[in-house]
Amino acid sequence: MYFEDEPNPGENLPILPGHVSAGRFERVLRAGQFAVTAEIAPPDSADPQEVYDRAEVFDGYVDAINATDGSGANCHMSSVAMCALLAHKGYSMIMQVSCRDRNRIAIQGDVLGASAMGVSNILCLSGDGVQSGDHPEAKPVFDLDCMSSLSMLKGMRDQKQFLSGRKLTKPPEVFLGAAANPFAPPFDYRPHRLAKKVAAGAQFVQTQYCFDIEMLENYMKKVVDMGLHEKVFILPGVGPLASARAAEWIRSNVAGVHIPDAIIKRLAGAENQKQEGINICTDMINAIKDMQGVHGVHIMAYRMEYAVAEIVEKSGVLGNRKPWYPTRDIA
Amino acid sequence: MYSMRRWSAKHANKLHHLYSGVESTLYKAAPLLEKIGYDKLEKPFMAVEKVTKGLLFDSQSCGQCTLGSTGMSCPMNCPKTIRNGPCGGVRPNGKCEVKPDMDCVWVVAWEGTQNMPPKEQAIHIVQPALDSRKKGTSAWLREVRLKRQEKAKANASQ
Repeated sequence: MYFEDEPNPGENLPILPGHVSAGRFERVLRAGQFAVTAEIAPPDSADPQEVYDRAEVFDGYVDAINATDGSGANCHMSSVAMCALLAHKGYSMIMQVSCRDRNRIAIQGDVLGASAMGVSNILCLSGDGVQSGDHPEAKPVFDLDCMSSLSMLKGMRDQKQFLSGRKLTKPPEVFLGAAANPFAPPFDYRPHRLAKKVAAGAQFVQTQYCFDIEMLENYMKKVVDMGLHEKVFILPGVGPLASARAAEWIRSNVAGVHIPDAIIKRLAGAENQKQEGINICTDMINAIKDMQGVHGVHIMAYRMEYAVAEIVEKSGVLGNRKPWYPTRDIA
Repeated sequence: MYSMRRWSAKHANKLHHLYSGVESTLYKAAPLLEKIGYDKLEKPFMAVEKVTKGLLFDSQSCGQCTLGSTGMSCPMNCPKTIRNGPCGGVRPNGKCEVKPDMDCVWVVAWEGTQNMPPKEQAIHIVQPALDSRKKGTSAWLREVRLKRQEKAKANASQ
């Protein structure tokens, strides 16, 4: 997808009327395109090349890349640094900001810095508990929650001030996102929680892994009934499972991931389980893409990042559209 | 006390009335409280509040009580101290991600809210960030003070 006002890589796009950010991601969504995002695993390394290599596997297949912020409470390179490195190359980054490790002073500082370095999208999360990671003895911060963090960043952008009221000379022009989990109890409250996130400032939302179409349908039906799909761009999360054993492990060890028995059975019965995982993911996208109120899909292919290209290709969700990537315009 | 906490959410409606009743009684007594001086009352009030709310709700005395918007389930018992609804980690059986033996305080809050009349379901309102300076101070006195200040302001502008 080409924009008329295509900038040099690493420079921001002009902000269009009715838009809040200088990024490609918001443009793709507001243009009514079916957006594809993917998640990049930050390296346990100080080498920028590792970051570039990890982003490159998505080239031409995704509209934006999520940089996780100590996901699963494990220590990795920070999301702000990953985003800065990749935004400089021209990638559209979604910086995940968890409330687990930083208080309001640190978060506001990071968001200003990230925006200065070309990050146009911020996703606010509460964050996994420290008990699930590699430093369970750490002190959890949780000064804010995802909701108060969203409204704080919205205030920075729209009121041009810190939470304290002190003025900013230039606000962070960021497209604000949130996470949703339609697959965890209390189910009938989940759409209301999304409404609350929209009220707090969420403009796009990515969900937890969907392996249960019926459950997502029920959720989306309520979301559409509440008219939320007209106020927020919704990208259900999907991802390939590596094997039946991996699926069993995720189901019992990763908080908030719901995998029905039928999926595990299908994986176990397959000759090539890894390929079957990719096939299931493609099937999920095909079932999701025409659901009312859905604006895209978020692919979390942890340790199977190479599969994203095949998944996007097979599902055909991009049509003839080729998302921007660093070498696209080099003939 | 955990079992008491669950009981309180089940009886959220009655307790909410009782709670509001305490607040409005205190408000009526505000002129007297002011005469004595809020500072002098802080300690005894906090002591009473800690015992009663601690017993009924496992209150963590954040000083900015939001029980009315959480189905009378104290959100400060959430290991992530989330004041705006359940995180995505709630277990399929409704238990907490961090403490597998505890019911998610927001699953309890949502149940408690169902027991309250719709107009009092403030669970849908975004709660602002907590002021950590107020931890361990009396939320009741703060509420009375705020209401008095608001009234004084309204009177002054008339």
